[in-house]
Amino acid sequence: MTGQEIVFALLGAVAVGSGIMVVTTRQLVHAALWLVLSFGALAGMYLVLTAEFVAWVQVLIYVGAIVVLLLFGIMLTRAPIGTAPDLDSGNRWIAAAVAVATAALLVTVVVMGFGDAKMPLEAGGGSAEALGSAVFRTWVLPFEVLSVLLLSALVGAIVLSRTDIGGARSRGKGD
Amino acid sequence: MHLAYPAVVAALLFSIGVYGVLARRNAILVLMSVELMLNAVNLNLVAFDVWFRDRLHGGQVLTLFTIVIAAAEIGLGLAIVLLVYRNRRTIDVDRLRTLAEGTGDPERTDEPGPADEPGDAGDLEEAAR
Repeated sequence: MTGQEIVFALLGAVAVGSGIMVVTTRQLVHAALWLVLSFGALAGMYLVLTAEFVAWVQVLIYVGAIVVLLLFGIMLTRAPIGTAPDLDSGNRWIAAAVAVATAALLVTVVVMGFGDAKMPLEAGGGSAEALGSAVFRTWVLPFEVLSVLLLSALVGAIVLSRTDIGGARSRGKGD
Repeated sequence: MHLAYPAVVAALLFSIGVYGVLARRNAILVLMSVELMLNAVNLNLVAFDVWFRDRLHGGQVLTLFTIVIAAAEIGLGLAIVLLVYRNRRTIDVDRLRTLAEGTGDPERTDEPGPADEPGDAGDLEEAAR
C-alpha cells in the first residue's frame, strides 16, 4: 500500500462514514452538516487523484452553494430542530436490503473488472490550465449548452418559487 | 495507485445514496441522497479519466458539467419542494400519494381534497410576515 493509497483509503472511510450518517441521522440539520464532511472528503480524494481543479470546484459549489441551499430548504419548510423520530420510512429494511445488494453487486463487478489495474498519478493532470484548455477547445459546445441549461433552471426556479407570477387561477389572489 | 480504491468508494457511496432515496421520508433528505449518488458518479469519472490518461480530459470536464447540472437540479428540486410545502404543509414523501396508483383505496389519500387551492400560499405568506 503506497502513501497515496493510505490517504485515499482514509478519506474514503471518512466520506463513506459521513455518508452513512447523512442517511441515518435523526436530526435534519445534522444530515446537511454530515453532507459537508462527506463532500469535503470527496474533494480531498479528487486532490489525491491529481484533479485539483475539480476538487476546488467541488468545494465551491457543493460545500459552498448546494449545502447552503439545502439548509435554506430545511429552514423554509419549518423542519423540526432537534431529533425527529419520523424521518425514516416504513420500508427501511427493504431499502437496506436493496442498498446492500447494490453495494455487493457493484463492488464485486468493480473488483473483478479492475482489481489489478494501476493508474499513474502525475502532477498537473487536472490543473486549471489543462482543464481550461480542454473546456474551451474541445468541449466548448457542451459548455455553452450547459450555460443555457443553467439559465433555464434559474428562470424555472424563480417562476416556481414566486407566488405573485403564478397561473391565471392564482393571479386573482396575489397582490 | 490501484483503480479499485476509487471505484469501490464510489460504489459504496452510490449504495448509501440508494438507501437514502428509498428509506427517507423527508423530501430534502431524499435530495441529499441524490447528491450522494451524483458524487459517486463524479468520483468514478475522475478516477477513470486519470486511469485512461485522457488527453482531452473528458472525464474531468464531464465531472464539472455534472456538478453544474447537480446545482441546477438542486435549485429546481428545492423550488418544487417548497411549492409542495406551501400547498400541502408537508414534504413527507410517504404522505404525498395523490399520484399513487394501485392502492385500490382512494380514501387512502389522507390529504384534504382542495389542498392545492391557491389560498394556502397566501395564508402562509401572511403567517410568515
